[in-house]
Amino acid sequence: MPDVEIPVEKWTGTIKEVKLGGGGRKEVVVGGETTLPFLTFEGSIPNPPKIAIEVHDKEPSTWPALLLNAWGDAVKDPGTWAKKAAELGADIICLKLLSAHPEGGNTGAAEAKAAVDKVLSAVDLPLVVIGPGVAEKDNEVLTASSEAARGQRVALGNCEEKNYRTVAAVCISDGHVAIAKTPLDINLCKQLNIMLSDIGVPLDSILMDPDTGALGYGIEYGYSINERLRLAALGGDNMTALPIINHAGSEVWRQKEARASEGVPEAWGDQEERSVIWESVTASSVINAGCDIVVMTHPKAVERVKATINKLMGK
Amino acid sequence: MALTGVQIYKFLPKTNCKECDFPTCLAFAMKLAAGGVELAACPYVSDEGKAALAAASKPPIRLVTIGAGEKKIEVGNETVLFRHEKTFVHPTGLVVRIKDTASADDVAKTVAEVSGYSVDRVGMTFGLDGFAIQNDSGDAAAFAKCVETVSSKSDLPLILMATDPAAMSAALGKVGDAKPLIYAATKDNIDQMVELAKKCGCALAVRSSDGLNELAELTEKAIAAGVEDLIIDSGVRDFAGTLTTLTQIRRLALAKRFEPLGYPVITFPGEGASSLDEEAVLAAQHIAKYGSIVVIDNFTPALALALITMRLNIYTDPQKPIQMKPGLYQIGEPKAESPLCVTTNFSLTYFSIAGELEGAGWASWLLVCDTERLSVLTAWSAGKFDAEKIAKTVKGENAAEKVSHRNVIIPGGVAVLRGELEEELPDWKIMVGPREAMAVGGYLKENWKN
Repeated sequence: MPDVEIPVEKWTGTIKEVKLGGGGRKEVVVGGETTLPFLTFEGSIPNPPKIAIEVHDKEPSTWPALLLNAWGDAVKDPGTWAKKAAELGADIICLKLLSAHPEGGNTGAAEAKAAVDKVLSAVDLPLVVIGPGVAEKDNEVLTASSEAARGQRVALGNCEEKNYRTVAAVCISDGHVAIAKTPLDINLCKQLNIMLSDIGVPLDSILMDPDTGALGYGIEYGYSINERLRLAALGGDNMTALPIINHAGSEVWRQKEARASEGVPEAWGDQEERSVIWESVTASSVINAGCDIVVMTHPKAVERVKATINKLMGK
Repeated sequence: MALTGVQIYKFLPKTNCKECDFPTCLAFAMKLAAGGVELAACPYVSDEGKAALAAASKPPIRLVTIGAGEKKIEVGNETVLFRHEKTFVHPTGLVVRIKDTASADDVAKTVAEVSGYSVDRVGMTFGLDGFAIQNDSGDAAAFAKCVETVSSKSDLPLILMATDPAAMSAALGKVGDAKPLIYAATKDNIDQMVELAKKCGCALAVRSSDGLNELAELTEKAIAAGVEDLIIDSGVRDFAGTLTTLTQIRRLALAKRFEPLGYPVITFPGEGASSLDEEAVLAAQHIAKYGSIVVIDNFTPALALALITMRLNIYTDPQKPIQMKPGLYQIGEPKAESPLCVTTNFSLTYFSIAGELEGAGWASWLLVCDTERLSVLTAWSAGKFDAEKIAKTVKGENAAEKVSHRNVIIPGGVAVLRGELEEELPDWKIMVGPREAMAVGGYLKENWKN
């Protein structure tokens, strides 16, 4: 009779634990893994992946009706929206300051502070704050957000290769976590972590956003980059041994498969079923590849992925 | 694990006779290790050497065929744990389960829907791969009748699911030379199932009810009896269990060369899920993590689209990124006055720009040039995205007949091509778009006047 000897990898690396929240706010810790996602037979997963729900500082102007209807009037106010997200099971709120974009309202520090304040007072969950993605405006609104959330350890993003000093500096001075964003490239990802570390951001205060595409739109890149980062980290590379954050929801809801209610082939099926599956599959795939915080959008997909994480953790 | 040149050399005659057309036996061994020549080129290698080398060159996961003819499913031959290490090679077979307790009308409807299902992605057409027919009634005659119905209405490969050898035998009699997969041999029926597999030359699935030891025991039994085309089922169904077990099976086969488990794996996500969208998520996990045949219970078009897409993405060779078929694509429902943008056929480039146009609500025409899967700047620097190529594509795709204006927008990254392109396309105004796809919405708002 064959005796199957299960091969067990002896990993030497541990993912840094990164704490969000505190200062009266609920604390959430991510990272700490000593094994590949959910393979607890050869290491531990002290902190299961967390779900952040996306909340905007203004009513979304490009969302399809199906997604808007799923949230109802809550999307008109970031505080109300965050509260509803918390009720739907969010572990973290991801506030996107989109109105600060030069083409989306060009609001400034005062409006950013007001939005952060609203979310902070509406819920006791930890916060991720993402700027509009334009260097000058990011620096302005993230600095304001940092002040508004001082002492409550939020994550601020994005730090990018061309623009990381200001955000990194406010993270250091206000004790927040910096999100290092790179475009689907493991080497650039590691390099940015090193640059942030060099200017004094502690490694337990960095989250990596190595980027991903949605299912059908480059998810294979995000999937493999997550896997490669995690393998490098468990192999002992400290500069990749950081928790990963992926924006699965917003990637999915840019795509036709989620957005289109009509004018699509019959083989695409029902829009709600399709879009919820699309976001659920995208989110659970990046989690299976190493994501620690997945940022999501549709309530039903959140529910599905939350249940999936529990099942993968054997609960 | 493949042998190195030096290991192979030990089995060669070491006479440097040159009859293999290599100057030395060592040179031949090196080439053999690299896969550039067949062992048969050496006339003097001993039988013992042949056997040893054959065993070493045997794929760690056997290639198994289900069905016959053009639509047959081939799975196995995988060589890596992670797709980035090389690539996954034989895409997961997606089959839909039908139970023999379903009414004849329902069976006919499902067969028609599934075999007729097809979707276009990146310019190619994809569908589902087969049916698994389950003897749920416990009645051999009902099972045989259901199998006969499905096989008469579809030429897709079949998986026959029954534990009663008599029922299996009756059903096999209804499918001619279709070579279905026999599912499943268990510890209670393996002798009879092996006989049936041998008799009809079909692949055999082996299912454990008690972990990997029992599974290995069953495959060894089947192999000893002469059936080597095996598909294995660990019997585990849930999210955590399948992830762990399928990872262990893949590692045993690849890293340990543990032959009893060196076979493709079949999974049943519907049995580990309590709803349709949960089944979709678990099936997607099985596509990414080591399922070779995934049996779907809740077929719907949306679920099929998601799983076919997942399979396409995961099984894409990282060295050969997905490419778009070159051509003129519609984003939304463009009119004659809608913008005309040019891009490359690297899928990620296409998806970025198409996604931004779509997201920003700009119905437009997107002209995809054949740049051999390279992105804008890479293609430009490699000389595969130049004015001549763009002009040729504009003309070849008859863009002038689709749009009423004469404005063509090129990516900002290749602004330098503008002058040359103006010469190539004298009737057109060349507009230089933004460098980043993300800025296209703002760019059009600013620069596109209808």
